[in-house]
Amino acid sequence: MNYEVVIGLETHVELSTESKIFCSCGGHSSPKEANDCVCPACSGMPGMLPVMNKRVIELAVTAGLMLNCEISRYTTFDKKNYYYPDLPCAYQITQLNHPICTNGCVTLKTSQGNRDVRIKQIHMEEDAGKLVHEGKFSFVDFNRTSVPLIEIVTQPDFRSAEEVLVYLNKLKSMFRSGGISECEEGAMRCDVNISVREEGSDKFGVRTEIKNMSSFEAIERAIKYEAQRHMDALEFETEELVQETRRFDDVSGKTFAMRNKETEADYRYFPDANLMPIVIDDEWLEQIKSAKPVEIDEKAQYYRDEGISEKEIEMLVTNHKLSKLLDDVVAMGCNAKDTAVWILTDCAGVLRKDGKTLNELDVTAEKLSAIIKMVDSGDINRNAGKKILIAVVEENVDPVAYCKENGLDRKVDAGAIESIIDNVIAQNPQAIEDLKNGKVKAKQALFGACMKELKGAGDVAVIKEILKAKLSNI
Amino acid sequence: MKYYTAQINNKGNIAVDDTILVKGAITTAGSRILEGFKPLFSAEAVTRLEDKGYVISGKTNVGEFGLDLCGEFSYYSEKEDVIKGAAAELVKNGDVKAALGVDVNGSTRRAAALSDVCFLKPTYGTVSRYGVVSTAASGEQLGVYAKGVETVKEVMDVISGHDDKDGTSLKETSYNYDCNAAVSDKKVCIVKELLEKADEKTKKTVLDYAEKLKANGVKVEEISLDFFGIANTAWQILYTAETCNNVSRYDGVKYGFRAQEYKNIDELYVNSRTEGFNFLTKAVILYGSDVLSKNRYDDCYGKALKVRRIIAENMAKLFENFDAVLTPVCSKTEFNAYGIDEAFIKVFGEGVFTCVANLVGIPALSCGGVQLMGNHFAESTLLSLAGAVERMGE
Repeated sequence: MNYEVVIGLETHVELSTESKIFCSCGGHSSPKEANDCVCPACSGMPGMLPVMNKRVIELAVTAGLMLNCEISRYTTFDKKNYYYPDLPCAYQITQLNHPICTNGCVTLKTSQGNRDVRIKQIHMEEDAGKLVHEGKFSFVDFNRTSVPLIEIVTQPDFRSAEEVLVYLNKLKSMFRSGGISECEEGAMRCDVNISVREEGSDKFGVRTEIKNMSSFEAIERAIKYEAQRHMDALEFETEELVQETRRFDDVSGKTFAMRNKETEADYRYFPDANLMPIVIDDEWLEQIKSAKPVEIDEKAQYYRDEGISEKEIEMLVTNHKLSKLLDDVVAMGCNAKDTAVWILTDCAGVLRKDGKTLNELDVTAEKLSAIIKMVDSGDINRNAGKKILIAVVEENVDPVAYCKENGLDRKVDAGAIESIIDNVIAQNPQAIEDLKNGKVKAKQALFGACMKELKGAGDVAVIKEILKAKLSNI
Repeated sequence: MKYYTAQINNKGNIAVDDTILVKGAITTAGSRILEGFKPLFSAEAVTRLEDKGYVISGKTNVGEFGLDLCGEFSYYSEKEDVIKGAAAELVKNGDVKAALGVDVNGSTRRAAALSDVCFLKPTYGTVSRYGVVSTAASGEQLGVYAKGVETVKEVMDVISGHDDKDGTSLKETSYNYDCNAAVSDKKVCIVKELLEKADEKTKKTVLDYAEKLKANGVKVEEISLDFFGIANTAWQILYTAETCNNVSRYDGVKYGFRAQEYKNIDELYVNSRTEGFNFLTKAVILYGSDVLSKNRYDDCYGKALKVRRIIAENMAKLFENFDAVLTPVCSKTEFNAYGIDEAFIKVFGEGVFTCVANLVGIPALSCGGVQLMGNHFAESTLLSLAGAVERMGE
């Protein structure tokens, strides 16, 4: 018999806000020690009241717009009650009755063609803290409590693990490029609802839910394992399927049923009287719409038209910070293709040398565009530009002043270059001898020596040309 | 606890009920579960008073979370034969100029009536709840005890007005309260059904008060309104549900009281809460978790929300014809100590007089042993009516 796998997804995404959802503690930025990012509000002390972080609403609405959702003009918060030491108030503030976004849709490009997945809703909620177990003791760390999350709930529209992964990757690049979430490891967590039915049937099979997975690899393995378990149960009657919540064990690659006690709780949801209903009027919605970043596909096409390579486009559209830097530099009159190389190759190279990644890049568009303009106008050569870039990245110097101080903009005419090259040839008889004996590398050594004498000044193409002419005469 | 601080230009000593935070001063809300809890910040109302030169002279004991009649069930006080509220007594004796209290289910208004002082529960949202040990967020309100309406006005002028730290705080930055406005054109009604629930002595107090109003040219009319019983049930459902939720953070994990004996986290929760809460709070928690449970929600909590809306509409209609409603604050003029067996009937039963103000957020003034309720923001009318009676003397 042929079977069809039916999957629905609940994805929690941590939002990139400066502060937590209901207090002014720093948000997603990772604190160094346990409990160094907490206040009386997010540690559940009496007397504190939640005050809504407006930015959370704006990011949730932006996510909804990206996923083609209807934006609720009236949205409210509810309390979900359960006891756990990492939940300081013993309730989580979430949205049950009036979620911020509903009825969306996203199109996935898969190996089987396009598939539309419907988004049931997006709601806002606060994260819980974390428990640390050491020997006999357990410690509570509230750094993560009240960090803002959105939960994106889909309809049961996925038919394979591949589709789920395409969807998750799409969310990830969309949210990164939109500045909604960094989607770092652990900042995206999924609950997978899965059932299996006979192909062509319009009835759903028995559904199980696999809770709380954060790596895409685990999600793929869990879906494949669970789908097979359902199919075996249907085909060979190996076991009776029951509606239940399961967890995925990374080591064995299997799913296990969780205790009923954990899953059949009555959360006693009810409206939160401390948070007034939020009304999103036309003016505010328009503001959010106009601030919404360009759609990722549109952006990629623009970069493609500018001649940027596919590999570079991929890096740019998945990183809001880098694409914004590029856009800003281009807006200052630089060429997009060159700028992409400056950022993704040159800056990356400087950072790599210091053991850093592009995420740690801290260069203003003004400074980068100043360097690129000096090179483009021929005031300095590209090597000099790179020297300035290193100083800018590492010491945050002013590029124009640095260039002057170090004489990198020294104008050198062809005559001066020629005499320096003559000098170099005269002082390196061994290299000339090697060259005569057919050692091509010697040419490179001579070029290097010329560059050293010129201290980075002069047009590299001119130097190469003159050197080549001189050497061919030998 | 009582201490005085000498301060030049001291505008007056203020006592603060133990349901309100004062930075560094142990705040327990009368409960063992918050034993030794020292707040890191003061309530907004406290800060505003201190900024204006008032001195906080001490914390006054309250019944656990302010849920009882008027302070009789505190973990920290000996049982008295005759029930009185600590803050109200301090005010009455002139030990302090005024006191702050939190009105959730009328305990502060009853305490004022039993000690013959004033307590104003203002319109919901006019005084910041930042720093209130919260029980029922949708109806609790911080208010003022004082001997007379002049002082109530004086303190209200300082503590009221918008606060960013409270999401339910209204936008108005200040309210110009008045206790000397003309009252000769005012109309007041007495609710027959509530009057009948009170004993003879209380009835007489209400009717005498009505006569004094009349002597000031106020028109007083007796009317029939039968929804107070329903309103009381609705408010019980809402405040027990919200209280159940708000005190669930007191779990022995983070601060306050923790049981000595426990083997695992479940026992830590159960034992700490069993030993930390008194019987009345436990009853409220049970009541509240029941009305919020999945199979009861629609019939209880959901319906109570609808009743709240209907009562609000009815009260609004009433205030089209009347400026204030005159009622008893409680059924008797004196309460003797009572036990668990009577507690629920007493506490829930007495709520019938006070519940509407919490349920729909209107102001209520307990003064001269009676209660005056008015429309939203009608504090000045209530204070002026009471002021006119006050100025007549005994």
